[in-house]
Amino acid sequence: MNNQYDIIVVGGGHAGCEAAAAAANLGSKTLLITMNMDAIAQMSCNPAMGGIAKGQIVREIDALGGYSGLVSDKSAIQFKMLNRSKGPAVWSPRTQNDRMLFSKEWRLMLENTPNVFFWQDMVNELIFEDGKCVGVKTQIGIEFKSKAVILTNGTFLNGLIHIGEKQFGGGRAGARPSKGLTEQLVSYGFESGRMKTGTPPRVDGRSIDYTKMEEQPGDKNPGTFSYLDTTTKLTKQRSCHIAYTNQNVHDVLQTGFEKSPMFSGRIQGLGPRYCPSIEDKIVRFSERERHQLFVEPEGWNTVEIYLNGFSTSLPEDVQYKAMQLIPGFEKALMFRPGYAIEYDFFQPTQLKNTLETKLVENLYFAGQINGTTGYEEAAGQGLMAGINAHLKTNEKEAFILNRDEAYIGVLIDDLINKGTNEPYRMFTSRAEYRILLRQDNADVRLTEKGYKLGLASELRMKKVAEKKQHIEKIIKRFEEVSILPKEVNSYLEQQNSSPLKQKVKAISVITRPNIAIKELSLCNTKLSDETNLYTEDVLESAEILMKYEGYIKREKEVADKISRLDDIKIHDTIDYTKLGSLSAEAVDKLTKIKPSTIGQASRISGVSPSDVSVLMVYMGR
Amino acid sequence: MNNNRLTDTICAISTPPGVGAIAIIRLSGADAINIANTVFHGKDLLKVPSHTIHFGTIRENNKIIDEVLVSIFKDKKSFTGENAVEISTHGSPYIQQQVLQLLLKKGAKHAQHGEFTMRAFLNGKMDLSQAEAVADVVAANSETAHQLAMEQMRGGFSNEIKKLREELIHFASLIELELDFSEEDVEFANRQQLKDLVTKLHEALHQLIQSFNVGNVIKTGVPVVIVGEPNVGKSTLLNALLNEERAIVSDIAGTTRDVIEDELNIKGINFRFVDTAGIRETTDQIESLGIKKSYEKIDQALVVLLMVDAVTISKEKLQSDVAKIRERISNKQKKMFVIANKIDKGNEQEVLQKFEGIDDVVFIAAKDNKNVEEITNKLYISVAEGLVNTNDTVVTNARHHEALSQANEYLLRVLEGLDQQITGDFLAMDIRQALYHLGQITGEISTDDLLDNIFSKFCIGK
Repeated sequence: MNNQYDIIVVGGGHAGCEAAAAAANLGSKTLLITMNMDAIAQMSCNPAMGGIAKGQIVREIDALGGYSGLVSDKSAIQFKMLNRSKGPAVWSPRTQNDRMLFSKEWRLMLENTPNVFFWQDMVNELIFEDGKCVGVKTQIGIEFKSKAVILTNGTFLNGLIHIGEKQFGGGRAGARPSKGLTEQLVSYGFESGRMKTGTPPRVDGRSIDYTKMEEQPGDKNPGTFSYLDTTTKLTKQRSCHIAYTNQNVHDVLQTGFEKSPMFSGRIQGLGPRYCPSIEDKIVRFSERERHQLFVEPEGWNTVEIYLNGFSTSLPEDVQYKAMQLIPGFEKALMFRPGYAIEYDFFQPTQLKNTLETKLVENLYFAGQINGTTGYEEAAGQGLMAGINAHLKTNEKEAFILNRDEAYIGVLIDDLINKGTNEPYRMFTSRAEYRILLRQDNADVRLTEKGYKLGLASELRMKKVAEKKQHIEKIIKRFEEVSILPKEVNSYLEQQNSSPLKQKVKAISVITRPNIAIKELSLCNTKLSDETNLYTEDVLESAEILMKYEGYIKREKEVADKISRLDDIKIHDTIDYTKLGSLSAEAVDKLTKIKPSTIGQASRISGVSPSDVSVLMVYMGR
Repeated sequence: MNNNRLTDTICAISTPPGVGAIAIIRLSGADAINIANTVFHGKDLLKVPSHTIHFGTIRENNKIIDEVLVSIFKDKKSFTGENAVEISTHGSPYIQQQVLQLLLKKGAKHAQHGEFTMRAFLNGKMDLSQAEAVADVVAANSETAHQLAMEQMRGGFSNEIKKLREELIHFASLIELELDFSEEDVEFANRQQLKDLVTKLHEALHQLIQSFNVGNVIKTGVPVVIVGEPNVGKSTLLNALLNEERAIVSDIAGTTRDVIEDELNIKGINFRFVDTAGIRETTDQIESLGIKKSYEKIDQALVVLLMVDAVTISKEKLQSDVAKIRERISNKQKKMFVIANKIDKGNEQEVLQKFEGIDDVVFIAAKDNKNVEEITNKLYISVAEGLVNTNDTVVTNARHHEALSQANEYLLRVLEGLDQQITGDFLAMDIRQALYHLGQITGEISTDDLLDNIFSKFCIGK
């Protein structure tokens, strides 16, 4: 039996899959160890990928050469571009997915990736040598050696499931928890904590009356996550539905409160404020008479549905009774009850910006073990951990994405500098350069970087080069072509835009609100001759760049100014306790986090602008 | 290496250097009372309640250094927000030094410049703008400046900014809510209400910004320049003004401040005469109007006194000089007075006719001190009523001014964006910039603050 690998990935969820694929594609011989080969890339929570800010992450992963976008496209049953009316920076692709198909597609992708090897087992010990991680030991007593180990244990570390007063060990419903690793890491000096998340009941779709709900179909013109053409747009889609709770539902739920593990204090872990359980919602927002629920199909063919918004850990009989008071759910049958799960995580301030731990060299953490929530956040970290583990073990320079380059950069920077006290989810508001980090330009932002790493393919590189060229051509054309009042005024009036008095360049018309590139092009053959040559994606990007040029330029300037602080390196050897004028808190945080640049130091919570000035003074700036 | 951190107890002489009736030595830090107790003979300071004063002696090895009063401030109820002791000694610098050295021996660390203030700031006793105001109090050299600084310390300025910031955070939260949680069942911001709010904020900030020019001159003194041809009597006027005011200053009860040369204090407002050295040395300094040097001086001043010989100047020359200066100071917050000197030397009718149609003329005879008082009245009124309105918040700090101006620029962009019906993502960009610049005064506003606001107010989460 071959027990020697370059990289070992522990855990086969979204983080583990991306980590294994990235490391293997870069050339590392990679072993993926999972407790259940049949449960690779399980969607333990809702059967959907993307969404606001998360859809941008999936596109970034795709642009870099990761697999989440492709797998999501292949298993999608519905596609929606969220926030269409809200402005291009927050347009966010989202798919409903066939849960079983998603898992199957990921497994096939990994099986078709040379250098990915599998082993089904539970890792319960890491092998350390001279402060380095050099392998793992499994439950059945096998030792695997490697140059680096990536832990992506998700909710499995000492996972504890709660339903009412019942509680039992589990990594998710129907799966055993993972034991041993937390204890070993804590004894080695790591700081661990508990977090909590929850999931709603799964319901028998045959027992639901959809006529009492609002239908939510997918987009008429669905898109895809991937920038490649290997996945195609959906030709048929499944709808979701919207239902609402009411006072009767709330009243019944309240009868279960004394048995609630949340309210009784049995759950100590911290849950996310933005993904509260239904019982939490009716307590915290008692003035609300109803709460919105999304009825989401779990696949093309299955009748199972996911009752999004009804996450709960109340006793299953209370869940049942309350659910049946929801209009449309009068006769609903349950497949699986909702539950809460508590699990161990490690404050991510213990990580470097490569996701390698500061305490143990060649040990990487990615996903929920770092206190995040969400498939996309996990996948993004997995990709970066996989890339960096490979680079480190091959003595190459680390791969870091900055905050103005990718949501993935924002994610990791936030985690390592601020830590988190609740499961961390990405929001567009977390990104200070939201205008730059759009879903339409993730390829322009990142594919070249992925290509240089050796992860994004030649084909991707060609595609993005072509896209850039096409965008330039369109913009040039709009700058050149003059448009006459008689050509365009009827369209302008129709859009409530003031008519032209004399001919102007097309670019000055496209910058007006409510004026769309396709419709405007129809007014002038010189324009339409040009725009007809290109794909919709290219037109969309060109339109955004022309329409919001001023904003984009200003945002870039701000980003450039701030990023200069990231160019000022801080040496590891600096002793913060020797800098008299620093605040005590800053000394503490700086010593702990060891920022590598002034920019990073400035983003650490507890480090004030005056502390940053002191640092700069000390460094002779 | 100096390792003064929050854990140390610091001490310093807090009264100005020199001999006074008494001096105060201040201690602050966890061990302040302990350290004071080791050198104080009298009551046991560890057992006395906070905010009490005790008589006793300071001794070193039983040798009495001085009889003192000791004020005790316990836990967080002091200026610095930590244990503090103020020892009032007699004023001799020798005694002050002896006591200070003794405290240092007993384990206190000498405070760095501004460290008491910094601790107060770090212990949450004041925000950044208040801390700066403390420095302003120390440096204040006129009644009005002092008032301003005091107002800042009481949180006048920071309270107003804080209120605006709260409203802007709420506004920003609504926009972020709309962007990040559009799928949720929550109501979003009404654009017209947002516009009203931003307009209100914009106006308030505009007012604060406007007050800066005024605020700054109050602190450093209102610059005044006297321009005019040689021999019109500039230095005579200057002497007359300064002498006049020495008398006025000494009339005010309790005012024992020396009048600094070339600086006038009229009812609490300082007036600073620009480049009067030149006037005193030689009256030929300003050769004639229209030369570059005169203009430079005019540019430095807020009040211009154009001095002319009421008798010898021609009507044409008078009109052209007045016009030239008016042009130079137009659209600026500046004031010009025409000082017609030597009225006693000519025919009153002729002179009056010559000055007909020219505003703000004061007729004087500087040599005889005749009507010079009228100039001081005009100076005071021009500033006190024309420029200064002490009821309004006044921005006195250049850093504040800069931050407010920047914030306001971005608010303007928000308004433009609202007019153009621009989408929330772009509005948010400018709101964030406005918040960032406001944060330069009252502390930063992070995304986490916005998210906290959202999660506490809205039911989010599927």
